[in-house]
This record gives sequence, structure tokens and C-alpha cells, in this order.
Amino acid sequence: MALDRRAIVIAVLLGAFAVLPLAAELLDQTWYIGQFRKILIFAIAAVSLDLILGYGGMVCFGQAAFFGIGAYVVAILSWHAQRNIPVFGLFPGTKAIWITWPLAMLVAGSTAALIGLFSLRTAGIHFIMITLAFAQMIYFFFVSLRAYGGEDGLRFRSETTVFGLVDTRDEVGFYYVVYAILCLVLFLSWRLVRSRFGMVILGVRENERRMRALGFATFPYKLAAFTIAGAVSGLAGALFAVEESFISPAVMHWTRSGDLIVMVVLGGMGTLFGPVAGATLFLLMEKFIPDFTEHWKLIFGPAIVLIVLFAKHGLIGWAAPKGTQREGH
Amino acid sequence: MTVLLFIEQLLNSLQLGVTLFLMAAGLTLVFGIMNMVNLAHGSFYMIGAYLCATLIQHTGSLLLSVPLAILGAAAVGLVVELTTLRALYQRDHLDQVLATFGLILFFNELVKVLWGPGAILIDVPALLSGRVELIPGAPYPVYRLVVLAAGLAIAVFLWWLIARTRLGMLIRAGASNRTMVGALGVNIARLYSLVFALGCALAGFAGLMAGPIYGVEAGMGDAILIKTFVVIVIGGIGSIRGAFVAALIVGLVDTFGRILPVLLGLPAALAEMAIYLLMAGILFFKPAGLFPARG
Repeated sequence: MALDRRAIVIAVLLGAFAVLPLAAELLDQTWYIGQFRKILIFAIAAVSLDLILGYGGMVCFGQAAFFGIGAYVVAILSWHAQRNIPVFGLFPGTKAIWITWPLAMLVAGSTAALIGLFSLRTAGIHFIMITLAFAQMIYFFFVSLRAYGGEDGLRFRSETTVFGLVDTRDEVGFYYVVYAILCLVLFLSWRLVRSRFGMVILGVRENERRMRALGFATFPYKLAAFTIAGAVSGLAGALFAVEESFISPAVMHWTRSGDLIVMVVLGGMGTLFGPVAGATLFLLMEKFIPDFTEHWKLIFGPAIVLIVLFAKHGLIGWAAPKGTQREGH
Repeated sequence: MTVLLFIEQLLNSLQLGVTLFLMAAGLTLVFGIMNMVNLAHGSFYMIGAYLCATLIQHTGSLLLSVPLAILGAAAVGLVVELTTLRALYQRDHLDQVLATFGLILFFNELVKVLWGPGAILIDVPALLSGRVELIPGAPYPVYRLVVLAAGLAIAVFLWWLIARTRLGMLIRAGASNRTMVGALGVNIARLYSLVFALGCALAGFAGLMAGPIYGVEAGMGDAILIKTFVVIVIGGIGSIRGAFVAALIVGLVDTFGRILPVLLGLPAALAEMAIYLLMAGILFFKPAGLFPARG
């Protein structure tokens, strides 16, 4: 029964996201469409983090770095295309989304693979600190890239149609592009965690030594999961770049990685959909609480502490409780 | 590079190294004994700096302000330990990371409320403001030398405390086997509070010394915190000796990593990345760090 209830909660929320632009237009509150588009973009990044954090037990404190890399790939290629300067003097830039988005995933995924190669040799507390340190390195790398604006960021124009079908400047059209990608990411992630691969990742979370004793070479599985999560986070970043037409290293500041962890835990980790709910609540709070008090973090910080101490099951666990807190059986 | 510049930078790197060591020592003790990862350690660095700046403004006395600021940082740490962190020792690392992340947000905002959002510039105390010629033709700020000496003195004190006193024996025993130490009748909870407060005092001291050099502002503890993580990862988590060696190495690499690319015409991006590349290199060969802690 519990599972059915969860399925209903998910269906209702995804349905609400689907009709949101229509409702916003009816109520003449179109401003919400852009706000929720951003929420859905960060939800994709949060789902990617849930893959490794919730299912793999890998506490990655650098997910925002992959997000930023994806965004910068789109930004830099578009910027070059705009000015007609070859990238690294080698190949022409491009604004074409069908090239820049997959490339963003490729570069973010490759970076994740490289970082995973080092950081996944360790576990626990080492892993947290090392992913944080590498993310900081990437942050400083982009801060020092003066050619692309450094700390001030880079303004650019991307292609304005997605696959020649939807105009990215169309508030509603682009919302549905993001929405469709989120649904696709959710569906593929759901398939992934239920596959043999996903079972191995879950097994590693529960007891890596036992998995190795069973004959699984766990490292390649972990590395693959880490790489996939990095690539998906890069895709979210690529969407964000098109959304904003501007990118600065601020999106990969280390606190942004912390925010993503908060979104995942707030929503309920190891549930895939929980992080979507978590991202929604987090970003709405971040948007609206400052209207009441400038010092909202004075409340939000202790609130995180209280959530950790007393409400670890997350929103999804609260809305649709289950026998166990995390999925996977 | 001239010899004079080299010596000046060497001293700078040592001074950064001891600051990092003061941070790393507290963090690594807390990890070694409580098995706790504390992101909010940088907050105590910041609190030490703010308290000292305020105390100097009001009392005008350096000798009074420094001990009071250190005690203040330790006291705040004690309150945090008793109210929040104590409940987290038995939790997994993710919970600890999240809760202490919440504490960072809280403290960064709190100092903005109490002291305003802008950075506070504090002067080097008049007593220590001069320059001294260590070798002819190379004047070096007295203050930085004092920081260096104080940091080294604290390192020696820590060694004495841990290797030669009863408290140190309990700390070492607690790091090896908590349960057994508790079973032998030691009040583990009090030991934890004491060690945590000690770590906060060290962080507060590092922060108040860094204040006049780098400025006092909200979030000042965050940058040093991540560098401290690099130190701890390189040194081996839980190892004080490793923290000391790694702090000096990171101080060197960070300082010279900023100059060498300029001198050699390499990309400036390397400057900020140097210590992380170092960390990656060391991890590749020694995943547990240079001095893995026993047990």
C-alpha cells in the first residue's frame, strides 16, 4: 500500500509541474514559470546527486562543480561562435544545442571520471573532503580564467531553438523542454537503480567488503555511477546556461554543493523523486524567505541541524512513509 | 628569483603553514577521537578573529584581548558541542556534514548581524607593527614573525600535551579505542567536550592571528577550512604529526605556487590549483595520506 501511496504522491507532483505554466498564465502570474524552470533545472542536478549519495552512499561534496562545467561548456562554445574565434585556436565554436548539450555532458562526465579515479580510492570522511577539495580546484580554475570573464562571469548568446522545435526564449516552451528532460532523467535513473548495475551500487552502499567477497569488482561500478552522476549534473548546468545566458563561477561555489546535498536529504535520499521535492522546497524558501528577513540563513542554518537530528526521512518519507527509509529491495 | 625574495616567501609560507597546522590539529583531533567531521571548524577561526578585533577596540590591550578571544572561541565551541554536535557522534558522516554545514550558514549570518556585512580591517598591534632585518637588506614584518613563532610554540605545546600528560594519554587512548577507555572508567563525554573546546581554541587563535593579515569578514573561515581539509587529507586523517608536516608542505606549495607560475610564464590558473594538484598526486600514491593514523 505504501508504495502505491508514494506513486500517487509522485504522480500528483509531476502532474502539478506539468500544468503549472497553464495555471500561471490563467492567473496572470507568468513570473512563476521562470522561477519553476530554474527549480526543475536544479532538481535534475539533485537527482544526479541522489544517484551516488542516496543509492551509492558516496557523499560527494562537489556536485556543483560538474554543474558548473556543463554550464561553462555551453557558455564558452556559444561565446566563441558569437565572436567567430576558434576554441583554443583549433575548432570553431557553436551555438547549436544538439552539439553543446551532449558535449557538456561529455566534459562534465569525463571530469567526474577523472576525479572519481582519485577520490573513489578512498571512502567515508576522506571522500567528502577530497571531492570538496577537487570542486574547489575547479572553482578556482574558472575564477582565474580571465579570458572568459573570471570571477565576473561570461555573458553569451546560445542558440534560441531546441532541435529546431522549441524557442528557448519562449517561457512556456522552454519550461516544457526542461520538464521533459527532468522526466527522462527520472525515468532512466529509476530504470538504472533497478537494474543489475543499480543492485551492485546498492550493495556497495550497504557493505562494500561483502560485495567484493561476492566477487564484484566494486571500483568500476562506483566509478561508472560517479561518472553518470557527473554527466547528468553537467546536463543540468547546460540547461542553466541557456536559461540564464550568463554564467559565473558562483554556481560552483562550494556552498552550492552543500545546498544540493541539503536538497537531496530534505526531499528524502535514495528516492529519486524526493530530491525533486527537496529542490522545490529549498529554492522556494531561498526565493521567498529573504522577503521577510534579510538574515534568513540565521533561521535556515539551525533548521538544517534540526532536520538532520529529527527528520531524516525527508519530505517524501513524510508524505508517503515506507517500511524502510531508503529504497532498494 | 632573488635570494631575498626567496627568503621572504619562505617565511610567508612557514607562517601560512603554522596557521594551517593550528586549524588542522583541532580538526584532526576531533576526527581521530570522536570520528566526527566538522565543517564548522572554520567558524571558530572566524569567531576568534571577530572577538579579538572587538576586544582590542574596547580594551586597547593586546595581552588581555588575545586570551579572552581564545577563551571566547572555546566557550562558543563548548556550547555548540553540548547542544548539537554531541548528538551527532553516533550518526553517519553525511549527517555530520549536513548539520555542521547548517552551523556554518548560521555563524556566517550571525557575525553579519552582530558586526555588519563589511570586512573589518584591524591594524597590526603597535607593539608588533615594525619591520626587522633578519638578513641585511630584507626587512620582514615583525608581526608575521610573531605569528610564526607563536604557531611553532603551540605546536610544541601540543606535542607536550599529547605525548607527555595524562590528558594527552587519554586523548591517544580515546583515538585508539573509545569503548575501552570508557569501560575503564574515564568520563568519555567530558573528554570529548574538552578536546572539542581545545580544537576551537586553536582555531580561534589561528583566526585572531590571521585577522590583521587577511582581514576579518564573514565567511573568512571557509576558505581556510578547505585548505585545512587538503592538509588533513595529505597528512593522514587523525594524525597530528601528519597534520604538522602536511601543513608546512601545503604552506610552501601554496605560497610558491603563486609566484612560480608568474616567474616562469605559466598560466596563472595554476596558482590557486597548486595545492589541490599536490593533493591529487599524493593521494594517487598514498590514498591514506603521508602518515596514516593507527587503528
